[in-house]
Amino acid sequence: MARGPSSPSAPLPRGSHRGTPLIELQRVTKVYGEGRLSVAALQEADLRVWEGELVSIMGPSGSGKSTLMNILGCLDRPTRGVYLLEGRDVSALTDNELAEIRNRKVGFVFQTFNLLPRATAAENVELPLIYRGVPRAVRRRMAREALEIVNMGHRLTHRPAQLSGGEQQRVAIARALAGDPRLILADEPTGNLDSRTGEEIMGLFQRVNEELGVTVVLVTHDPRRARQTRRIIRMLDGRLVGDDPVPDEEFVRAARGGPDGKAGEPAG
Amino acid sequence: MESLRLALDGLRANRMRSFLTMLGVIIGVAAVVALVSVGTGASREVTAQVEALGSNLVMVIPASARGRDLRLEDVAAIEARVDGVLAALPSIQRELTVRWLGRSEKVDVVGTTEDMPQVQRHPVARGRFLSHQDVLYRRQVAVLGSRTAERLFGPHDPLGREIFVAGRPFAVIGVMTTKGRGGIIVPDADDQVFIPITTAQRILGTTRVGSIYVSVAEGTDVGPVTNHIRRIFEVRFNDPDAVEVFSQEQILAAVGNVTGILTVLLGSIAGISLLVGGIGIMNIMLVSVTERTREIGVRKAVGAKRRDILAQFLVESVIISLTGGLIGIGLGMLGSEAIARFGRIPSVVSVGWVLVAFGFAAAVGVFFGIYPAMKAARLDPIEALRHD
Repeated sequence: MARGPSSPSAPLPRGSHRGTPLIELQRVTKVYGEGRLSVAALQEADLRVWEGELVSIMGPSGSGKSTLMNILGCLDRPTRGVYLLEGRDVSALTDNELAEIRNRKVGFVFQTFNLLPRATAAENVELPLIYRGVPRAVRRRMAREALEIVNMGHRLTHRPAQLSGGEQQRVAIARALAGDPRLILADEPTGNLDSRTGEEIMGLFQRVNEELGVTVVLVTHDPRRARQTRRIIRMLDGRLVGDDPVPDEEFVRAARGGPDGKAGEPAG
Repeated sequence: MESLRLALDGLRANRMRSFLTMLGVIIGVAAVVALVSVGTGASREVTAQVEALGSNLVMVIPASARGRDLRLEDVAAIEARVDGVLAALPSIQRELTVRWLGRSEKVDVVGTTEDMPQVQRHPVARGRFLSHQDVLYRRQVAVLGSRTAERLFGPHDPLGREIFVAGRPFAVIGVMTTKGRGGIIVPDADDQVFIPITTAQRILGTTRVGSIYVSVAEGTDVGPVTNHIRRIFEVRFNDPDAVEVFSQEQILAAVGNVTGILTVLLGSIAGISLLVGGIGIMNIMLVSVTERTREIGVRKAVGAKRRDILAQFLVESVIISLTGGLIGIGLGMLGSEAIARFGRIPSVVSVGWVLVAFGFAAAVGVFFGIYPAMKAARLDPIEALRHD
């Protein structure tokens, strides 16, 4: 599958951030509530993420990671400030316009997988394509291709309950990939998985990032997982307090699954 | 298309619940169709019965509360003085015991004259009808309705037999043809015994006449005839409201009014049950939206717009109501057929009312589905994803 302008075989060289950033936050603030009861979950956040980056966000609970992810994923709008996605200001779009952007530009991966329990793996992966109006037959093919990328091509008709946690998360990643997004946002994607399975999922993110050139931003509590990304952003009390590249010598390549992408253990 | 598939999936996931919800609509629609069919059938039957009395008919009955009596002289007066009258037929009816050998039946006994077959278009099948002499000489002769003959004599030939009416002996001189109409508001003419009115008055110890049927010549305007008759009685009793004079059209109109109101009333009551069914839909859809909050969140996260979610849930409730409507129409038709078969009330399934019931069911689905669907469509994706 050809993905975006950046060629799969040659992702942008890291460190040479040129042109328009994929993500650009300018003094973005998100306030919940009003008056004296209001809480600023995100304060004056400035952030740039370039195409092809693999970024982790760390921080204690309540530090604003989820708020940041929601805004990056166009699920929520900033109270103040500007969010440019691919250079386009999306801070004040309507609900329907945001839905359109989520549909075409963003793929979500959740801690709890969030697959539809009654739908098969293939049907789950098709979901974003349905809302894009892709014809059924094309959808089927795209879903199968996405499932093959995550080594789940042999589980097309299984339902989530018949899959292990690691397999479910693979299906969820396939769903995020199916729409051919520029950006994958993953909120603690390994949080519900045992360490071996988590390792496989991280390997999958690394592979998707390197081979397909998809930008990945993920939230994690685990410093080990963070060192499996190329850049670590730290948050505290709604502020971005750290932003450091992971030096090549510290970068940890995640152990890949078996050669055929054998599924990991069921989630504990 | 896509929302149709989604909705069907949703319904299949909870078969029992979908069916029970549908049941409310099924019962409502079935009730509307069945009751309205029976109402329509009854109204047609009543109309047919009134028409079967004979055409161009005017009826005279004493005003109930005024204690005025009609007499045979009035019959003669109408025949003699009113233009366009073919015949005036006095009638007095009473339920009496009629016996033959050991068999005894309660039968509607009608005192009448030789004009009855012509005025009411009810000919004799066998033997002869009452004659002018029979009436004149108060003979104790009787003509049997076809069903009465059947009830009393079974396989035996009634002609020439002696029956006892209120203990007096009568000779059976004839049997009427089967008219096949009657029983609801008009007495069943097939289950009557006809005797001379004079004889009937003597048995009953009275000189009154129960009612007078006036047969008007074809092509004569009935209006002036009724007015003239009314005036005759107004003069005789010195009372403008002494008698009531109806033309057949007036009776038909009145009957049509009553049965029409009845039909609408029945339909409305059934419609209320359809409304209750709709509330059931709304209830279950609200539960469904709550249960599937997370699913809605996921769908929105991957790009479902408000109208996508709205359509998914709305189509679901409309499918419930339409399917329920179709099944209800089927059951309602079966039900009205059953009522017709066992209740002796004919039923007429009217296409118009079936469409009304179906349309109403569809409207119920939309009306009661829109609120839950909007609730689903308006969910905030972040909140919905957090829901457990």
